[in-house]
Amino acid sequence: MEKSLNWYEFIITRLIKASGYSAILFVALIFFFLVREGIPTFGEVESTSLLNIRWYPIEDRFGILPLITGSIMVTFGAALIAVPFGIGTAIYISEIAPRWVREILKPLVELLGGLPSVVLGFLGILVLSPFLRVFLDLPTGLTAFTGSLLLGGIAVPTVVSVAEDALDAVPRAYREGAWALGATRWQTIWRVTLPAARSGVLTAIMLGIGRAIGETMAVMMVTGNAPVLATQLGSLFSPVRTMTATIAAEMGEVASGSTHYHVLFFIGMVLFLISLGVNIAASSVVFRAKKRAERILS
Amino acid sequence: MMRRAFSINRHLAQRLGFTFITLMAIATVLPIVATVIYILVKGLPAISLEFLTGFPHDGMRAGGILPAIIGTLYLTIGTAIFSVPLGIAAAIYLSEYAADTPLTRTIRIAIINLAGIPSVVYGLFGLGLFVLFLNFGTSILAASLTLSIMTLPVIISTAEESLRAVPQAFRTVSISLGATRWQTIRRIVLKEALPGILTGVILGLERAAGETAPILFTGAAFFLPRLPGSPFDATMALPYHLFVISTQVPEMPIRIQYGTALVLLVFVLTMNLIATVIRSRARAKRQW
Repeated sequence: MEKSLNWYEFIITRLIKASGYSAILFVALIFFFLVREGIPTFGEVESTSLLNIRWYPIEDRFGILPLITGSIMVTFGAALIAVPFGIGTAIYISEIAPRWVREILKPLVELLGGLPSVVLGFLGILVLSPFLRVFLDLPTGLTAFTGSLLLGGIAVPTVVSVAEDALDAVPRAYREGAWALGATRWQTIWRVTLPAARSGVLTAIMLGIGRAIGETMAVMMVTGNAPVLATQLGSLFSPVRTMTATIAAEMGEVASGSTHYHVLFFIGMVLFLISLGVNIAASSVVFRAKKRAERILS
Repeated sequence: MMRRAFSINRHLAQRLGFTFITLMAIATVLPIVATVIYILVKGLPAISLEFLTGFPHDGMRAGGILPAIIGTLYLTIGTAIFSVPLGIAAAIYLSEYAADTPLTRTIRIAIINLAGIPSVVYGLFGLGLFVLFLNFGTSILAASLTLSIMTLPVIISTAEESLRAVPQAFRTVSISLGATRWQTIRRIVLKEALPGILTGVILGLERAAGETAPILFTGAAFFLPRLPGSPFDATMALPYHLFVISTQVPEMPIRIQYGTALVLLVFVLTMNLIATVIRSRARAKRQW
């Protein structure tokens, strides 16, 4: 009895440990398969033509530059929306709103995070883009700007929840100290709470941007899918195509093992590395901040 | 006099600032509410028994969306089968067993990275590993596995958080009464943390149910005349179906599009609501 219990315990513990390590295994596997299918690109397409400005797979033109600028432009626009609104909402929820409003707002923002991006893309096609076409007098409503607006909305919940956590984690004594010195609540928010939560807010911004770069369906549905190199700011109001949308739109139609297939995996690899960079940077900010806090306390 | 003017200024600034921030919060939340209500209003007329229980016909321009509903159900259940046990076990490891070593920190960074990987990259990975390398084909199995790995970080981090919230004293008492570590975890810690874990699981599965990009090349079918019969069959799914009928099918009746969006929204919102209710009830009942 005693012995079988020990065995049972031993096996369970091993299983739990193995599950714990699984996250590392999965990241490694994902990277491995992206590399495995993406690296042949270098043998098949010259690196100069990879950096070309023409993406036209039917004629074997695989310049990924327009896709990268497309992604950057849409993401940049999204950040311009998601960062101020996300941080503003986080400040409102954590510092200004009465308790009952907070209890309503938090689930609502979470709800936005849970809305399928395909539903937002669908509304983007039927409601947002016709409106923008008429309102801004454009030839088409399916533009980078439309994508930015939607993506901004999609990135907001990430920014809000991380920034709100960071603001919440600022000790109450900091605020009370500021109030006792005669600062208004508004001054306290700007000069005490927000600076104290700086690293968390920075993390929120980075994760929000990461969320925006990786978003696929909504962007694919509303940006018009034209792989044109963005050279000026006016391109914001013309159709573009992002890296994610290119993979999603074209992978279904390519033969596995073809050059086109390898290039699409290569783009996936680039996306993976971008998100890896963003996330490692974001978490190192958190770690650094923690170390600083520990230094202050000791 | 000077000082008085200054202080009025300060309070005016505060009032203006608060108004501004409040307006920003309203501008953020209002579109969310508007989106849900709009789809509700536009989609309701399409909902009928035939729409919910029939097969699509006339090139999907008429009939129902049953295969898509069932498909999403299958995918959600399939995702749960893989990701829930694995995710909870990983959370138990992180909260109950792991010391703060470089390896543990690597695990945490890996989880953060899994959470950040674009959904379409998961699709590529699923295509490379499950569909082609393991030869599962475009199937419910391949799609569920892909979605599971995507859902894992959500489940792990929420489950770990609620496990950690269980006071240390509970464990100490249980161990001192002669229980083994695993008995303590199973009968005390897991039991106390269950509502929190459940909330995380549902929120993770909610995301999986609404995702399109990861199943695009791993298991989604454009149209199927019958329901999938085994895990190795491809399946229709609500989000992919909505994508197809709103972008790929010309002259698609708008009513069916809104109806499909509504069904998907209700599917996802119901899960969200259940999670919220579980969480708030557990919070109200908690005594520690």
